[in-house]
Amino acid sequence: MLTILLDGIAYGMLLFILAVGLCVTLGLMNFINLAHGAFAMAGGYLTITLMQQAGVPFLVCLPAAFIFAAVLGLLLERTLYRHLYDKTHLDQVLFSIGLVFMAMAMVDYAYGANQQIVNLPEYLTGRINFLGASIGVYRLFVIVICSLLVIGLQLVLTQTRFGSRLRAAVDDGRVARGMGIDVTRIFAITFAVGSGLAGLGGALGTGIISFDPTFPLKYMIYFLIVISVGGTTTITGPFLAAILLGVADVAGKYYVPAVGGFIIYTIMVLVLILRPQGLFARGPAR
Amino acid sequence: MTDMTLSHQPSPEAVKARAVLLGRSRWGIAEIAFWVIAAACYFLLPTKLSLLSEIAILGLLALSIDLVLGYAGIVTLGQGAFFGIGAYAAGLAAKHGAGAGPWSDPLIGLFIGGGFAALIGFLTSFLVLRGSDLTRLMVTLGVALIVDEIVNQAKWLTGGSDGLQGVLPSPVLGIWDFDLFGRTAFIYSMSVLFVLFVIARAIVKSPFGLSLQAIKGNPLRTRAIGMPVNGRLVAIYTIGSFYAGVAGALAAQTTQFASPDYVAFHRSADALLMLVFGGAGHLYGGLLGSIIFRTMQDVLGNITPQYWQFWLGATLVGLVLFVRGGILGLLAGLRDRATRNGGAK
Repeated sequence: MLTILLDGIAYGMLLFILAVGLCVTLGLMNFINLAHGAFAMAGGYLTITLMQQAGVPFLVCLPAAFIFAAVLGLLLERTLYRHLYDKTHLDQVLFSIGLVFMAMAMVDYAYGANQQIVNLPEYLTGRINFLGASIGVYRLFVIVICSLLVIGLQLVLTQTRFGSRLRAAVDDGRVARGMGIDVTRIFAITFAVGSGLAGLGGALGTGIISFDPTFPLKYMIYFLIVISVGGTTTITGPFLAAILLGVADVAGKYYVPAVGGFIIYTIMVLVLILRPQGLFARGPAR
Repeated sequence: MTDMTLSHQPSPEAVKARAVLLGRSRWGIAEIAFWVIAAACYFLLPTKLSLLSEIAILGLLALSIDLVLGYAGIVTLGQGAFFGIGAYAAGLAAKHGAGAGPWSDPLIGLFIGGGFAALIGFLTSFLVLRGSDLTRLMVTLGVALIVDEIVNQAKWLTGGSDGLQGVLPSPVLGIWDFDLFGRTAFIYSMSVLFVLFVIARAIVKSPFGLSLQAIKGNPLRTRAIGMPVNGRLVAIYTIGSFYAGVAGALAAQTTQFASPDYVAFHRSADALLMLVFGGAGHLYGGLLGSIIFRTMQDVLGNITPQYWQFWLGATLVGLVLFVRGGILGLLAGLRDRATRNGGAK
């Protein structure tokens, strides 16, 4: 019971790290980036390559994946994405689906369609007893790293000048621009950090979820659920939503494997209908 | 007094409006040529008939999205759900009719498939009335995922991931049996496509269709001039679901098989892409798009499947960045420019 709960929390935290960049993109630029999972896949495959081919230690791979995905995100943002901010949502969706297809094809070409398995270092395998429940060391590791990241993000967002500018831009981009805040630059940075976090999430995820070229499509829906349930105005909303989704998904697969997915999708549709601004968001949606 | 005279003698504006509406619905030479060529394919490409009937079916699915998205402006990523519902409903009917009873009659099957899809479409249409594009996108996607989940889990009914086997439709109209070469399948799918296309054409050229385009342009103002916006959207969404359901039923009957692949996300996405290739908001957009899409897939997919997906993605990105409105949109733009230049001289 507690094991499932902890597994679910680890999974949920991972989902949050993967999806948080998307929340900011959507909240800040009102841009639907379905290709977000591709950045996570980039991080994941980089980790796999570095570890299997070059023998780079796992802990070095994590920041490498972050930087790789962040640079990739920055490049794409500057070259392609910025042309689409003023286009319709349909165009954005089609564009990002196109990117996903390209990313999937490239990964498929380079690595094949098989699932990639990564050999975790010894000190991260095995299980330990934690509060009377047995939990994998790796999951504990994920929980610790993700908690630190969440606290860090929250601090940056609430305590720093950059954070308050970002919040201002999300709340009302036009007024923020009028106050002299360089929204475009903030967005580029945030996009890069968000992509980087997705890459880091992908790298962390190599030990929990299996990677194959369909990853961006398979997890796209999870990201969308996190955002739709959590809302885009805060960071705690998506965080709670991700934890909830993680626990529900793990528990659902364990207890009621036949209807697990069904329940999650139904909840998503209901939340979208009843509270379009998200379950945890305050105030009306913009 | 003025009211009386108006009712007896239509005002010049009304006459003009009537002429415009009738002029819009006249058949052009290009349109007639399109269908003649489509029919001639039976003799021109006798070895590709099953591919051609597949194109016709995909074209019908893309047409259904065109009605919903291109004309009424409802962004949907879940049209595959109705395709799948139609396929399974018609497939199950044919299976239980076992190739003989009235249930496995293909035409009745079409109505069963389309009817079921329309029913579900009607019920879920109320979910897409509210909210932004993003909400609609995710709600339609969510509905499709739920259908997908049901199809995969209800093994006793649908056969689960193995697909629905033993779909045996009886001969079309009791005369033409489905043959190995796909001759019947081609003529059958093409006829159904043509009939439904003519109906769709009549729908979008009617005042009802014009009101949909008004809603797409500006829902708020359309409501302000007294248009029942929600009712119209429910109606077109239901019609679109019916079309998608019939397409699914055709697919199940001509391939004698239905699989969860029919409801998968990529089915909805592919059909949407076809429409965007061809040009949303043009009746022929979906048909043209499905021809190009399926031909590209056949050619590039034969080299390697990955190439196909890569170029599909690249084409999509290019379309969004450089070509607004798909191929037909591009053509219309060129024609406008040509006429404007001609007028300037």
